[in-house]
Amino acid sequence: MKDYAFRREAIDGFRAILPLIIAAAPIGFVFGAVATGNGLSPLETVLMSALVFAGGSQFVAMDLWTHPASWTALGFAALLVNLRHVLMGASLERSLGLFRPWQKLPTLFVMADENWALAEARARTTVLTPAYYLGLALPFYLGWLVSSLAGALFGALIGDIAVYGLDFAFPAVFIVLLTGFWKGRETGLVLAASGLAALTVHTLVPGAWYIAAGALAGIGAAFLPLAQKEQAA
Amino acid sequence: MSLDPATLAAILAMMAATVFTRFSGAFLVRRLKLGPGAEKALATVPPAVLMAVVAPTAFATGWPETIGCLIVVVAALRLSLLPAAALGVVSVALLRAASI
Repeated sequence: MKDYAFRREAIDGFRAILPLIIAAAPIGFVFGAVATGNGLSPLETVLMSALVFAGGSQFVAMDLWTHPASWTALGFAALLVNLRHVLMGASLERSLGLFRPWQKLPTLFVMADENWALAEARARTTVLTPAYYLGLALPFYLGWLVSSLAGALFGALIGDIAVYGLDFAFPAVFIVLLTGFWKGRETGLVLAASGLAALTVHTLVPGAWYIAAGALAGIGAAFLPLAQKEQAA
Repeated sequence: MSLDPATLAAILAMMAATVFTRFSGAFLVRRLKLGPGAEKALATVPPAVLMAVVAPTAFATGWPETIGCLIVVVAALRLSLLPAAALGVVSVALLRAASI
């Protein structure tokens, strides 16, 4: 009975992430191709995907790549690009009530935008189980490794993925998930502040600062109506 | 199958940075006693982060992407995740093809 419930949850998680695995495959492939183009061996490429496992920072690293590689520059760039993970982890921790302490380590190690967003969406409607998260995260992780290895080995064969609109799959999924978090006008205020701040910073500042800026502005906006009510009272 | 020491050092530095960002938020939250304000702020993180990630695509990439985002918003009111996202991908592919 317990095994059955575990399998059921894991399959549900896998079903939720499957479209994102398909959408991420060409992106992983492109990463592998760019990495070998920069002189990384297939082993180094897969090692980066396995240990860093953060697509945005991996692509930024490819932009900044030097020979020999500068660990200080690349480490600092990865820190900036992934600052949003601090907020994501703080938010996700509240949904990990069923997780044992040792399960939280791999859970956070493979936390990426995609499986984090689906886990948060799951926690909003029901309880997030370790089995569901495993069904989400493990296939997504393996898919990223396999596709970046494939790109490292066969990268020369690929054309422009923008033709198929696949690069739009991630924003599209995030928008659908976003609508699930809608709770009325207060959410509208959060989204307006986050979007405006992200756009402004994206236009003015190179790099991934716009995500942290948008997130902080959105959180700040959540407190505006509350403050006004307190003043009125 | 070569493994350059400088490349390995760079990969490990990137790993250290991402592990730090991934673990520190959860670590801090576990150790703090959260008031209602902090709870509210954390509950706002998912929509705020998702919006920040999506905003440049939605408003600063081009018309196909902006229209595609609108289509997905409308589709999400009626359809579940997969069909709504797929509709967005197909729309953007068609709009890009049309605007060449």
